[in-house]
Amino acid sequence: MPESTNETVTFTLDGREVVAKKGEAIIAAAERAGTYIPRFCYHPRMEASGNCRMCLVEVEGPRGSTLMPSCFVAAGEGMNVCTNSDKVKKAQDGVLEFLLSNHPLDCPVCDKGGECPLQDQTLLHGPGETRFVEEKRHYEKPIALSELVLLDRERCIQCGRCTRFADEIAGEPLIDFAGRGDRVEVSTFPGEPFSSYYSGNTVQICPVGALTATPYRFAARPWDLDQVESTCTGCATGCRVAVQSSQGRVTRLLGVDTDTVNHGWLCDKGRFAFEGLNADGDDFELSDPRRRITSPMVRTNGELVAVSWSEAISRAASLLGETAPESVGAIGGASLTNEGAFAWTSLLKGVLGTDSVDAQLGDGLDPSLVLGLPRATINEAADACTLIVLSGDLREELPVLFLRLRAGAATKKASIIDLSNGSSCFDKVAAVRLPARPGDAPQVVAALTGDDEAMKVLARHPEGATFDADAIAKARHLVGSDGTGVVVVIGRSSLAEDAAFVEDAALALHQALPKATFLPALRRANVHGALDMGMSPGLAPGRVSMEDAASSLSALWTKKPTSTGRTTLEQLRAMDQGAQRVTVVLGADLGADVPDADLVQRALSSDAAIIAVAGNGSTTVAAAEVVLPAAISHERGGTTTNLEGRVSRLGQKVVAPGDAWEDWMMVTELAHELGTTLPFGSLDDVTNAIAVYAPSHHGLTTSLLASSQASDGVVVPLGTETLHERKAADPMAIPGLASADHIGLGAFTGSITSETPSESNQGASEVAFSQVRLPERRALNAVVPDGYALRLVSGRKLYDLGTAVSASPALAALAAPAVAKVNAYDLDRIGAHSGDRVRLRSQKGTMIIAVESDAHVARGTVAIDFNVGQAGETTNAVLALLDSSVAVVDVRMESLS
Amino acid sequence: MSLTDAPKIITARAQYDDSHTLERFLATGGNDGLKKALTMTPEAVQAEVDAASLLGRGGAGFPAGRKWAMLRKADVSYLVVNGDESEPATFKDHLLVERDAHQLVEGVTIASYALQVNQAFIFLRGEFALGLERVQEAINDAYKTGALGTNIFGSGFSLDIVVHPGAGAYICGEETALLEALEGKRGYPRIKPPFFPAAIGLYGEPTVVNNVETMSNLPWIVLNGGAAFAALGAGRSTGTRLFALSGHVRNPGVYELEMVKHTFRDLIFSPELGGGVPNGDVKAIIPGGVSAPWFYPEQLDIPLGQDEVAEQGSMLGSGSIVVMDTNTCMVRAAWRITKFFSRESCGQCTPCREGSGWLERVLWRLENGQGRMEDLDLLLDLCDNIAPGLGWPPQQTTICVLGPSIPSSIHSAISRFRDEFLAHITQGKCPHA
Repeated sequence: MPESTNETVTFTLDGREVVAKKGEAIIAAAERAGTYIPRFCYHPRMEASGNCRMCLVEVEGPRGSTLMPSCFVAAGEGMNVCTNSDKVKKAQDGVLEFLLSNHPLDCPVCDKGGECPLQDQTLLHGPGETRFVEEKRHYEKPIALSELVLLDRERCIQCGRCTRFADEIAGEPLIDFAGRGDRVEVSTFPGEPFSSYYSGNTVQICPVGALTATPYRFAARPWDLDQVESTCTGCATGCRVAVQSSQGRVTRLLGVDTDTVNHGWLCDKGRFAFEGLNADGDDFELSDPRRRITSPMVRTNGELVAVSWSEAISRAASLLGETAPESVGAIGGASLTNEGAFAWTSLLKGVLGTDSVDAQLGDGLDPSLVLGLPRATINEAADACTLIVLSGDLREELPVLFLRLRAGAATKKASIIDLSNGSSCFDKVAAVRLPARPGDAPQVVAALTGDDEAMKVLARHPEGATFDADAIAKARHLVGSDGTGVVVVIGRSSLAEDAAFVEDAALALHQALPKATFLPALRRANVHGALDMGMSPGLAPGRVSMEDAASSLSALWTKKPTSTGRTTLEQLRAMDQGAQRVTVVLGADLGADVPDADLVQRALSSDAAIIAVAGNGSTTVAAAEVVLPAAISHERGGTTTNLEGRVSRLGQKVVAPGDAWEDWMMVTELAHELGTTLPFGSLDDVTNAIAVYAPSHHGLTTSLLASSQASDGVVVPLGTETLHERKAADPMAIPGLASADHIGLGAFTGSITSETPSESNQGASEVAFSQVRLPERRALNAVVPDGYALRLVSGRKLYDLGTAVSASPALAALAAPAVAKVNAYDLDRIGAHSGDRVRLRSQKGTMIIAVESDAHVARGTVAIDFNVGQAGETTNAVLALLDSSVAVVDVRMESLS
Repeated sequence: MSLTDAPKIITARAQYDDSHTLERFLATGGNDGLKKALTMTPEAVQAEVDAASLLGRGGAGFPAGRKWAMLRKADVSYLVVNGDESEPATFKDHLLVERDAHQLVEGVTIASYALQVNQAFIFLRGEFALGLERVQEAINDAYKTGALGTNIFGSGFSLDIVVHPGAGAYICGEETALLEALEGKRGYPRIKPPFFPAAIGLYGEPTVVNNVETMSNLPWIVLNGGAAFAALGAGRSTGTRLFALSGHVRNPGVYELEMVKHTFRDLIFSPELGGGVPNGDVKAIIPGGVSAPWFYPEQLDIPLGQDEVAEQGSMLGSGSIVVMDTNTCMVRAAWRITKFFSRESCGQCTPCREGSGWLERVLWRLENGQGRMEDLDLLLDLCDNIAPGLGWPPQQTTICVLGPSIPSSIHSAISRFRDEFLAHITQGKCPHA
């Protein structure tokens, strides 16, 4: 990609003058001017390689005109370019004929047939008959590059899009060309499959049917597909996708190119998790995530039995209505749409009057911190001079965000200061690595921002500081004096550590670097939207505290909570102790997600009633009193909000199975049953209500959301970002089908409430409502490490035991078993070796697990991934050690070999 | 004819059986050129090379002095010596690295001094097992004798040379592919512009890439002066150069001859040189490597000079001359050359990758009597799609010149020997078989 610049050059294109950006390739400038130059290897999001030679054009130079690859050559001032001369046509036709010479004519059985750029080019410009009468090259077909991606080498046209993607975009050069001449083939390296979280992108950008993904292989023909543009809710990045279905089932997801978020890329989890939607409903136990919940259920004589909606609503309403507000609570909500979240908040806080609503599951951050810090956009983070990473492994938690942030560092435009304490995706590209051990983040940040005393505290560790004065000096230089150009990514790098440490470190960074902006890396689907909608104790919809809640809300809310409610962990304790009698669980799987197994077990087996709203089975559903089946992912419309606060539309593509409803519908029914009316007659009514009642979302009406200026979503509050029309990106991205760009979109003609777009997004304080205030800093005691213990780090994995992965056969097979990773130094200390089994003992419990040496794990720590099972098991293994009541978890390790 | 009495500039030591030893090297004026160069300013050394008008001996024939001068403005970072001699019938550098590696190392050191670079690489064809050993020995000897390393001969100038064996790919003789390979990547030629080595070369730095033979000339030029070198030969083709003669001649081998003063006929028929064609007569010759358009008997009196050959529509190239006698099947000859290119195409650009294989298969069919009349036009049209216009020097639809080198032999063979192709088709077999 050329540097963005405002300088322009003027050149002649087929006899007319065309203006190009300085450094812009001829092919791109021509396309903007309406001249499409055929291409195969060129991709606008990757460096040009100029090797397919399809885009040759004639460029006049000092020694006459020569054929040049228009993808590689930048338009120059006064350049004379011809794209349609006989010479150009002959060369391009020649290339096309060469490409076809060895390409099999198996279009009728090829998945790409019907949406194939090679087929399209041939139809448009190719010869009617082949002159190639020789035997075509033959290979075994297809061969597996990985569990998900298959390669048909006969179809490959050696454009190198896949190999360049793997190397340049994903930073994982696991595939490359082998061989020479027309025997060149894409290959993996011996013993190393193409196991990349991003492998599906190579299938999407393959211009022929050489690469296919197992979930879509032979599933449909392109002309039978129907599609809608939507937003992926696999994590909080908010990638734009085209959801395609055939015969009422989702068959494929493709990344849609947006400048603001995903640049057309998706992770494999986001791309393939749709498989779970198609699981056959009743084949599995209620506790199995593969089970789809297709009808309302009520516990009768100890068994959950299917009932009608009216019966289930009536039972749920009586549970909720007959219990005092302080004994009612709700856990979860991150999997809801904004509309679902707003509806549930209205019911719980505004109709029932309880404030015990928490969308986070004890694994998040203080919402007043998340909402109160000046927010960065993804683009601002990707373009930042310095990026401070104080979060979990982004590649595991927010995979496409990682791609965007990695790009800046890989091209040396951004410097990354990585404070993560486990393995880190930024290992290869970070400028400075200061791994903060659990409990250390405040001291590391203090050292980073100039406090030499903090260095001494860090040095008191049994193993001494894990980083030296040079690294600190370099980091101090990179953050500068006031944080201008600095973006901080904050999240939970370990679930075995009290969030207070990261929260305090973030506040300290904000105080020391007032110009720095923050990107909150809470990972779960629409958790940001749920917090915006007030799904946290003390919050009202629209990023305001309950005290500052809009007075207009009284038009909607008949009650208002009088005291601050309980968090998820507090609610679970209250259930155990009998103080909370009824709990609504919104799409959450408490057993897998809450980092305290005992507590969940006690809460679920208490006599508190659970109303489970769910699309998939779980232990929570199995323990519920009432189960309400919910429409999930591509079965519902509405909006979702990503981690930068971008609200974008969800496209409903298929109908939810059985009797499942969208959340706003069941909320409206419940309210009615409880004797009030929520004025929601349609999904749009809810969206428009949000635009009225949520101060941060003022003006975000359905007509604005449906406009072409909002096709990439809109960052709230309005005015923090300039609205724009989506630029044309890779025309081959979603080939064959009508581009997903403008489906159902028209121009927005109304007025936007907040008129002045600010230059950057630092102006949260300029927004005209009293946004949630930041929490005060609390004094935290540095936790003195036990000299004989290892401090436990437990981060997330992309492929875990969560519902999305477990319910998708293609992904479930990829989850790796849990192991304990420790530094070789610590392994030596106890006389163990990689592969040995060790016993780990925390104050909470004991586990026996295989141990592995890992140089990325800091000395004095042991890393075990969260929500991953030991070999052959499907329980979150690390829960045996975790204890939500302590600040950090220290474990003793002994070798059993 | 008689040979001119031009001195042997680069093969003087080759007459000795121990020409590769340090002892012989030092006993026969070894390092004298280097020592003299170190007393001169780098600019003065460059001036001598300029005055010599030394044309690059790798194939393109670009004047070495001019190549260096292009870099005078920038700080040259690296000198890379191209010893990836892999083209069929080209074996002159082979002789130099095996028989006089010390001379090469001395030349590289002189060039590095003139360019003021402190790191040089010699990229040698991997199959040159003995050559690799001898060049490494010569480098070790030079370090031991103070002719390489820190503060060479007390001059204050320092240089390290690294020998890098190629992994057996012809394409790595293309200088930008060579640089990719040297960087540890797949040997893909780079797109020029912008990746001219002089601007963006090894590791992205300005780099001079010169041939083994070019480097080997430098000790003599410095010692005897550029003018003495320029006095040999004629026109732009100065000095002597190595000719690798092979094919249907009595005495194939490498001959060092004064440029321009001899003709192809002299080289092939002179008793001291090729000694004539043993069976029949000359049917065609390849004048400068298998990329070059062919010459025929009526062109044998063309002098062995760069411009003299270019004016006749071919190139002296790497100085390898292949003689084909009247018994040669020209279809088979064209097929064999095309097969080489097809196997060695790096596979990057479509026209070369797919075109070379297609051409090879059509030629194979023709040679085996399964040709069709339309195949001749097909061959030429496919060639035209790789090298539009089929002119010389060729235009190209590819990144590097490997692709446009493929049509030379096919175009030559069909243009001159169409009747032979037709005979293959009508007889349904190779008439020469």
